Amino acid sequence: MRRWLGPLCLSAALAAAPVVLAPSNPALADKASNTIRFAYDQIPENIDPYFNNLRAGVIISQHVWDTLIYRDPVSGQYKGQLATAWRYLDDKTLELDLRTGVKFHDGTEFTAEDVVFTLTYASRPENKATTQANVSWIDRVEAVTPQKVRIHTKQPFPAAIDYLSGPLVIHPAKYYEKVGPKGMNEKPIGSGPFRVASHVVGKSLTLERNPDYFKDSPKPSAKIAKLEIRFIPDRQTQMAEVMAGGLDFIMNVPKDQAEQIGGVPGFQARSGETMRIAFLNINTLPDGPVEAFRDVRVRRALNHAINKDALTKELVGGGSRPLVTPCFPEQFGCTSEGATRYPYDPAKAKALLKEAGFGNGLSIDFYAYRERQQAEAIINDLRAVGITANLRFLQYAAMRDQGRANKVGLAFQTWGSNSVNDVSASTPVYFGGGADDVSRDPEIHGFLRTGDTSVDPEARKAAYKKALALIAERAYSVPLYTVPNHYVASAGLDFKVYPDETPRFWEMTWK
Amino acid sequence: MIVFVLKRLGLALLVAFAVSILSFMLVRLTGDVATAIAGEGARDEDIRLVRETYGLDRPMIVQYVDWLFGLMRGEFGTSYFFKSPVLDLVLDKLPVTLKLGLSSLAFALLVAVPLGVVAALKPNSWIDRLALGIAVLGQALPNFFFALLLVMLFSVTLRWLPVSGSGTPWHFVMPTIALGYYVAPAFMRLVRAGMIEVLGSDFIRTARAKGLPKRRVVLKHALRNALTPVVALTVVQLGYLLGGSVVIETIFALDGLGYLAYQSISHKDLPVMQVVVLILAVIYVLLTLAADIVNAWLDPRLRANL
Repeated sequence: MRRWLGPLCLSAALAAAPVVLAPSNPALADKASNTIRFAYDQIPENIDPYFNNLRAGVIISQHVWDTLIYRDPVSGQYKGQLATAWRYLDDKTLELDLRTGVKFHDGTEFTAEDVVFTLTYASRPENKATTQANVSWIDRVEAVTPQKVRIHTKQPFPAAIDYLSGPLVIHPAKYYEKVGPKGMNEKPIGSGPFRVASHVVGKSLTLERNPDYFKDSPKPSAKIAKLEIRFIPDRQTQMAEVMAGGLDFIMNVPKDQAEQIGGVPGFQARSGETMRIAFLNINTLPDGPVEAFRDVRVRRALNHAINKDALTKELVGGGSRPLVTPCFPEQFGCTSEGATRYPYDPAKAKALLKEAGFGNGLSIDFYAYRERQQAEAIINDLRAVGITANLRFLQYAAMRDQGRANKVGLAFQTWGSNSVNDVSASTPVYFGGGADDVSRDPEIHGFLRTGDTSVDPEARKAAYKKALALIAERAYSVPLYTVPNHYVASAGLDFKVYPDETPRFWEMTWK
Repeated sequence: MIVFVLKRLGLALLVAFAVSILSFMLVRLTGDVATAIAGEGARDEDIRLVRETYGLDRPMIVQYVDWLFGLMRGEFGTSYFFKSPVLDLVLDKLPVTLKLGLSSLAFALLVAVPLGVVAALKPNSWIDRLALGIAVLGQALPNFFFALLLVMLFSVTLRWLPVSGSGTPWHFVMPTIALGYYVAPAFMRLVRAGMIEVLGSDFIRTARAKGLPKRRVVLKHALRNALTPVVALTVVQLGYLLGGSVVIETIFALDGLGYLAYQSISHKDLPVMQVVVLILAVIYVLLTLAADIVNAWLDPRLRANL
């Protein structure tokens, strides 16, 4: 009951808000001090980016630290950040030239030693970096000169560039060696556009503009003077804080609440597509729980049965797009070109089911862990063609366990690719032969492996295209839509939203 | 009396032991813990690493015995999530929760006792009905919902009080009311019932007959006697308030034990979850034990019953 009573209460208050709130301007106070107050519902256990796997951690890491490479979120191009240029010497050796004149927040100069120490430390399994996939591809790192490093990968790993522009920040070697991840959490030191003024572990983090930030960085110097980040677990409380003028910016707001507060003077709501994709994953294994799914006609019927466009436009909204293939369209290697399309056609779905011997209907279990409303809509669509889907709504971990134990026939999955803008972080997770692959098609495995490991971009694209076309043709999944995020802020704040769900506070300004 | 205390103490120990087993087992029945800790992006290797690191691959009984012996040696374990000793975390957060619990209790008593007395003096009058209405409302409204109503009124509309945080005493006003209001009805009804009973007894008639002023009869003679069961209830309700603070602390982002419990649940932080549940249970058991002993000391009949 708690889940909907809270929103109900807030909705009622929001409906009354225009009358109550109109006279005052909540943004005034923080416009004057040039501060943005932001809250997030999860607390990173450790702010050191190598030792948490939370979105809040990613946001903090991009502000306090720098990476070797920066991926421009608009053009998708890679730009030099701590590195100025890079090249592959062979399939497994990446050489990077480093920038000179960059200083960490403690005043020490950035050199090759920092890159070598940070990446070596993080990639050693005994140091237990939280997301091993981020670092396990690194074999060793060496300094050639103080301004040049070489990263040797275990296998050819073309996605390295994207990892180096995402989760792999560079720490000051001497400090990190002395204090370790624990000290880095308590008193973080990076080279990013903001430095940490205070960190009350588990409660709040105050960042202030780094006045010595290097001019040539693709991340521009911060316009605001201060960024206060608080951890508030309850989303209704976050919303109330915004309405009471205690916060300037929040994200992950439920769609209906964002829409309501967007109409209130003094506030703005914005939404944007994210890298997270939603799709139905179909178990076709010989010992899978639903025999009918081994028949491609049934799987195609599923694809024809669901009104993806209506679902995307009417229920999801907020910049969401319908998908044709199970990957985020802007990811390197993701394409819908040449992939079989299954337009919404209930009659055809019925015919296909009849042809497969299920003219009298089919009853299945349908597993989901989020996107509840959308799951209900899908169940309605399926019912219309004669498929009775019983919703099994579980916690993520429980659903994943069941899936890996081969007990799930049809799962409503979503996948955020860890914000890595390369198809190797999405499609292969579900179709590349790993634990979550429930179609296990060796032909597709082959193409995906080629895409994951060749260093020639064109060869990669061609291989992924073939794999994605086969997945669509054989209807191993029902790609649905991209999941949007909804943001709410004080009206005076100027900001843009990006698919990687990382607010760029360094470019935000007060109007 | 000594036998009684020993018996009660033994029972309390048994309850604490049972709770330790329950808190250990229940948190492990909610799906594979290692998968949950490793998070969404985890691969099989990550999950295996987590399982081995935390010894989750051992049989549950071995894990339990290991944990229990650790507890006996004063080792409460290390948080999976915060990577710091559980005891430090708990001791760090306990003061906020105690502050909230005690202030809510004070609030509940300040509201409930006067209302209960007034209601008892004029049974079935409008004021009695009003007090009853408040009591029913208090028990019927879930405390998180009431908390949100308070936020809407005092923070969003009137802007008198801060919504969340624990920085100043002002931050405690709404959590105190939200939590205290929830337990007030029980006190009020007990005071009302006790007062009605006492007011009808012979010694009150005697006091009145002696010509004592009404105020003195009510406050000195009647209330004192009616409050005895309230003392016992207070002790039990304090335990309840400590437990109820999980929701309230989460809503108001108060950095106390309840919030820690919430965090540890959402992150499957087993060592913290177990210890928080155990500590809350032990506090509850100890308070009940204290109440039993005080009552038995006051009333010899209770001793004979066990």
